[in-house]
Amino acid sequence: MTANLLVRDSRRGTACRPGRLLPCGLAEGPSFGDHLARHGSLPDGRRKESWQRATLTAIREAGLVGRGGAAFPTGRKLDAVRSGPGRAVVIANGTEGEPASRKDRVLLSQAPHLVLDGASVAADLLRAAEVVAVVHPDARRSVDTAVAERGAAGVDRVPIRVVTAADRFVAGEASAVVNWVQRGTPIPRGRPPRMSEHGLGGRPTLVQNVETLAHMALIARHGADWYRSLGTTEEPGSTLVTLLGAVARPGVYEVEIGRAVHEVIALAGGATDELQALLIGGYAGSWVPAGSALELPFSAHGLGVGLGAGVVAALPADVCGVVETARLTRYLASQSAGQCGPCVFGLPSIADQVDALAAGRPGTFGDLERWLEEITGRGACGHPDGVARMVQSALRVFAGEVSGHRTGRCRASEAARVMPWPIPDVVP
Amino acid sequence: MSAVVIASTGTPWMWLVSRGSGLALLVCLSAVFVLGVATRQGSAPRAWARFVVAELHRTLALFAVAFLALHVATAILDPYVSIGWWASVLPFASHYRAAAIGMGALAVDLGGAILVTSLVRKHIGYRLWRAVHWTAYLALPVAFVHALTAGSDMGVWWVAATVWGSAVAVAVALLARVLGRIRGPDHRVRAGASRGVDREPMRSAS
Amino acid sequence: MTTPVRLGVDRIACDGRGLCAEMLPELVVLDDWGYPILRQGPVPDALRDLAEDAVGICPKLALRLEPCPVCDAPSSG
Repeated sequence: MTANLLVRDSRRGTACRPGRLLPCGLAEGPSFGDHLARHGSLPDGRRKESWQRATLTAIREAGLVGRGGAAFPTGRKLDAVRSGPGRAVVIANGTEGEPASRKDRVLLSQAPHLVLDGASVAADLLRAAEVVAVVHPDARRSVDTAVAERGAAGVDRVPIRVVTAADRFVAGEASAVVNWVQRGTPIPRGRPPRMSEHGLGGRPTLVQNVETLAHMALIARHGADWYRSLGTTEEPGSTLVTLLGAVARPGVYEVEIGRAVHEVIALAGGATDELQALLIGGYAGSWVPAGSALELPFSAHGLGVGLGAGVVAALPADVCGVVETARLTRYLASQSAGQCGPCVFGLPSIADQVDALAAGRPGTFGDLERWLEEITGRGACGHPDGVARMVQSALRVFAGEVSGHRTGRCRASEAARVMPWPIPDVVP
Repeated sequence: MSAVVIASTGTPWMWLVSRGSGLALLVCLSAVFVLGVATRQGSAPRAWARFVVAELHRTLALFAVAFLALHVATAILDPYVSIGWWASVLPFASHYRAAAIGMGALAVDLGGAILVTSLVRKHIGYRLWRAVHWTAYLALPVAFVHALTAGSDMGVWWVAATVWGSAVAVAVALLARVLGRIRGPDHRVRAGASRGVDREPMRSAS
Repeated sequence: MTTPVRLGVDRIACDGRGLCAEMLPELVVLDDWGYPILRQGPVPDALRDLAEDAVGICPKLALRLEPCPVCDAPSSG
C-alpha cells in the first residue's frame, strides 16, 4: 500500500488531498463539466450485454461491498436483482438515518454526479425501468441541480427521479426506503419477501447506498484492479468516515481501509484528549477500547467489528461511557418503528436498565444481558440487533465503569462533558 | 304453549323442532360470540389455555351450523306455513311474515360469509378475513330480532328467560370488547416475570 | 417423508397473544413481553401435526411453517 491516506477537509482550509470520491476545494457540488473533467465520461456501449457482463464481473472481482452499514457484497446483490422477475428498479439510498453520520450528504453535495453515474450504471446493468434517488434534505438542492444538468445533457437512459428522504432513524433501512417512496411511511416491512425479488411496486429493487454507487461508477471506468490498489485483500478500496467526538477537526474524511486507526484519527487533527474508547459504525455500532484499537487496522477484520455507516466517535477519558451508552440506548429505543414486540417492549426495558446503571441506582441487572440476547434476530428488522450489539459492547468495554457504578461511583470527572455529538434529547 | 294447529296433511313435530332448534341456535350463537370476544381479548379462565377458548369458539360455531340446518330445513319443510327454500337466504322472499323471516335470512347470509371465510382463512389473508368477521357484530343482533319477531314462544317464561339471558351475556361481552378498545394498548412489561406459558389474561396491543 | 419444515413468524403481524406457546411448548417459549421465541431447526415429525394446528389457531395468522431445504440456516422471519 503505497498511497497516502486520502483526505478531504474543506472547512479549515488546510492542505487537502483529493480522494477518489471527494474532491477538494469546493463549497458546492461540481458542475457536470467539472465532473467530466475530473473523472471522464462513463464508457459507451452500456446497453450491450457484453459490457454489462464485463462490468458485473469487475464489480464482483473488485470486492465492492455496501457502504450503508451491512457491507453486503454488491456483486451478489446485483445478481439477485438481475435474476428477479420483471423490470428492475434502482433506488439510490441517501437517507442517512444515522444521526452521527454525515458522509452521504457530504458526498451528495460534493460529488452528486459520481453517485448519479453509479445509479445510471446500476440501471444499465439491471436493465431497470425506473431510477429513484432518495436524498437527505440537506443535499436535495445539489442533487436537483445535478439531475437537471444530466437531463439537459441526456446522459442517463432512464431519467432519475429525486425524492427527499424521511427524517427518522429507521428510514434508511432498505424496505423502509421502498415503503417511503411507495406509500409515504418510512418504516421497514417484514423480512420476506426480499427487495431483490419484490420491492417497489412489487418489482425487483436494488436499494444501494449512495457511496457504494459512487464506487461503482469508478469501477465501471477504471476496473477491479484499480479499485483493489487501495485497501486490504479482504476489504479493498477506500471508504468515507465521519469522525466526531474528541477530535480536533470533526468531519467527513475518505480513508484507505486497513490503515492504522491512529492514522485515521490524525486526519481529523488528532485527539483533543486522552481517549477512552471509540464507537465504530454509528449509534447502533460497537464500542472498542481506545488503547488497543488505535494500533489496529481500520477494517472490520482488524477491529473485529463491522464498520457500519463509517462513524468513528472518539470518547475522551473523562466522560462516562455508561452515561453516553444510556443516552444512545434511550434514543434508539425512541426510534423504533413500533411494529414488533422486541422493539416496542424490549428496547425501552433495556433502556431503563442502562439508565439505572448510568445513574448508579442499585438493582439487579440479570435481566439486561438476557434481554440483549433475546431481542437479537427477533425483530421485524435489524434495529433491535444493532441496539443489542452496541449495549453488549458497552458492557464489555466499560466493565470497570459498570462495576464502579454498581457501588455508586463514577470515574468520570466532576465536570463530565457529555459527548458533543448530535444525540437529540429524548424524554423517556 | 300456544295452540298447536294440526294441519290436515302434516305433523306438528317439524314446527316444534324448528322452534326448539331455533332457541338452541340462539343460545349457541351467543356462546360463540362470547367466546369470540374472549379469544380476541386473550382472556381465559384459570384452568384453560387461550387456545382452548379459541378452539371452543370454532367448535361451537360448527355446532351452530348444524342447529341452523335443522332449524331452516324443518321450518321450510313444515307444511303449516309457506316458506320457500329461497327465503332462507334471500331476505323478504318469504310469503309468511316476510320481514321477520327476512331478518333470519340476513343473519344466515352474514353468518355464511363468516363461516366460509373462516374455513379458507389461510388462503384469503388476515385483512379480508377480519373484515368479514366483523359483520358478526351485525349478524347476531339481526338474529335476535328474528328470534323476537318470528319466534312464537316468547310467552313461555323459560323461553323468554333463555332469550333475554343470552342477550345479556352478549351485551356484557360487547361491553368488554368496547372497553378493551377504549383502554388502548396494554404495556405488558413485567420485568422478571416467569418465562414459558403464561396463564394470565393478556391484552393485545392492537 | 414430507419435506422438512421449520416454524417462522411474521413479526409485524404477531401480537404476542401466546396461543402458539400454549399449544407447542416444545418449540415455542414466550419472552418477558409475551412474544414467541422459536426453537431453531426443523420441526420433529412427531410434532408436525401439532405445529400445523398451532399455525391454524394463531389469531393473527402470524405463525407459519416454512419449507427449509437447509433448516439450520437462519430463518428469514
